[in-house]
Amino acid sequence: MRRTADNARAHPTEPTEPDTEAPQPSRGQVFARAVARGVDRQVAVARRKLSAGELGSLPVVLVLAAVWITFQSLNQSFLSPRNLSNLSVDVAGTGLIAVGIVFVLLIGELDLSVGSISGLAAAVFAVLNVNNGVPEWLAALIGVLTGTAAGTIQGFSFAKTRVPAFVVTLAGLLTWNGFMLYILGASGTVNLDEHGLVARLTSYYFTNDAVAYGLAAIAAAMVFLVCYQDRRRRKAVGMPYRSLRGIVTRTGVLAVIAFTGAYLLNRFQGLPLALLIFLAVVAGLDIVLRRTHYGRQIYALGGSVEAARRASLSVTGVQTAVLAISGTMAAIGGLFLASRITSVSQSSGSGVLLLNAIAAAVIGGTSLFGGRGTTWSAALGMLIIQSIASGMALTDTPAAVQFVITGGVLFAAVVIDSLSRRSQKAHGRA
Amino acid sequence: MPTPPLLALRGVCKRYGVVEVLTDIELEIYAGQVVALLGDNGAGKSTLVNVISGVAPADKGTIEWEGRAVPIKRPHDARDLGIATVYQDLALCGNLDVVGNLFLGREIRRFGFLDEVEMERRTRHLLERLTKGVPDLRVPTVSLSSGQRQTVAIARSLLCDPRVLLLDEPTAALGFEQTREVLDLVDQLRDRGLGVLLISHNMGDVKALADRAAVLRLGRNNGFFDVNTASQEQIISSVTGATENVPHRMASHESRW
Repeated sequence: MRRTADNARAHPTEPTEPDTEAPQPSRGQVFARAVARGVDRQVAVARRKLSAGELGSLPVVLVLAAVWITFQSLNQSFLSPRNLSNLSVDVAGTGLIAVGIVFVLLIGELDLSVGSISGLAAAVFAVLNVNNGVPEWLAALIGVLTGTAAGTIQGFSFAKTRVPAFVVTLAGLLTWNGFMLYILGASGTVNLDEHGLVARLTSYYFTNDAVAYGLAAIAAAMVFLVCYQDRRRRKAVGMPYRSLRGIVTRTGVLAVIAFTGAYLLNRFQGLPLALLIFLAVVAGLDIVLRRTHYGRQIYALGGSVEAARRASLSVTGVQTAVLAISGTMAAIGGLFLASRITSVSQSSGSGVLLLNAIAAAVIGGTSLFGGRGTTWSAALGMLIIQSIASGMALTDTPAAVQFVITGGVLFAAVVIDSLSRRSQKAHGRA
Repeated sequence: MPTPPLLALRGVCKRYGVVEVLTDIELEIYAGQVVALLGDNGAGKSTLVNVISGVAPADKGTIEWEGRAVPIKRPHDARDLGIATVYQDLALCGNLDVVGNLFLGREIRRFGFLDEVEMERRTRHLLERLTKGVPDLRVPTVSLSSGQRQTVAIARSLLCDPRVLLLDEPTAALGFEQTREVLDLVDQLRDRGLGVLLISHNMGDVKALADRAAVLRLGRNNGFFDVNTASQEQIISSVTGATENVPHRMASHESRW
């Protein structure tokens, strides 16, 4: 979605620049005509991108819409404020892990250890805090740093030995799980303080309506300002720039989504803290990935390790850092998951958690082949997976069916990824 | 005293495991000259490029920059000296767009964030100078044509105003028109005082463009030629090994040029 406008700029073969400023329309111009022309342009851009294999997040949004419509027609309470609010909290834990997975997928590798690391971090936190009386903030910090350390060790081994990351992290999966079982000891289950800091991560809601509306307004305003500033600078140096109407439309769509969300959340218990943290992390890391030198290195590694090395990037450093980030995000996600059930047990971080996190990133449109994807794709993918889970629970569908359907969506996502990659290459040869 | 060459290799050796790929290589590149590096497949041309560009540092021998021995241990060192390389495989990241590839590893930053506007402006400026058909700067380079990708790779090498340019078979994948564009460009760069090392299999290109030719055979020097006076047959027979130059004559190659 984000790239749509960027890519449309400066395409030499299109004489009518789809997104650049047309001469200011006269006041008498009919509004409907302008809209029709805008739609025409968007369709043209979409068609070109479709043939070029740059689908963006459009198919993901369509799948999400299909899932929501299906379950809403099966059960009226699916799109109720209560269910959507719970959904948004459930997304946070695994979603944070999936965001870490995106970093690893971007360099064309896979991290299988995130489930175990999330369990280990939660266990470290629980044992330190509950059993040994370490202050909660300190225990949580140590838990997260445990994840960082585990990720760094794996990353360094992977970068130095050149053993594929999925093998290194497969070893990690077993090792960290062993550590977790050892730390939890014989009892096996630790119950967290129901009113503690970590428990409140997923149970605190901003009951004041103004918080959700205010943040929605701030987000929309910031997006508008950034786009407007970009347009102003481009205009000043005589480069193609986005039309004011395009910026307003973009911001408008975003604002509508944000305010609708805020309205629905406020009709239940207000903005959940977990959702706020999740969105902040996703947005923050998106900026890191796409707007900083560091993020550019990650994408470059996903494109070609050899090209990155010749461009004098520190390949070892980036590879280590990527797995360290993945480990850190897994640990943070583990704390959220523990918070949701206010306990840590031997089964923490096991089961379908790892698969869901990877599936979320891939379903959202992050390429398994590296180099393509954003943190937002993890959030979208997680929303789809959690929507299916939630809808299945509401309609009393057995878990077996849920697995099959999630598997089908994942398969479709992988096929789309592979096809779009191929068509992108074919487009180059043509 | 004559000006020392911009870049000189003295007795450079490179081995991969037990295989000695380059043995006692001598090479000099002067400012404002195009040196053609010729040799059959497997003669060590691309390895030599990797040695000079720091991708695969030399095991023995010295590299001199304006008469002064310099260490080139990694790509960074070569870049800092002012050596730019267009690799045979172009070394582009297919998933990054043109701007991203051009500035990879030396992004312009503004308040700590990437300054896409400024980078795009400079990219456009540079590409407009190099070619008539500037590609879409914001599509992944994997979807550009091979000619456009070549242009992007060359543009990237010129971004930081290098003083020595290494071109590894820059015209191998190009059509007639694009080949001429690249050759014209190399001509311009020579006139601007750059030293150019041009690897090519095309004797026509070499004859048209190069001032001197250095021939590698089986990882050793096998002759230096003044392209303007030497005949094409002489050069080709040196490449194919019909005439084996005796290694000790290499030491006095200076007088022969």
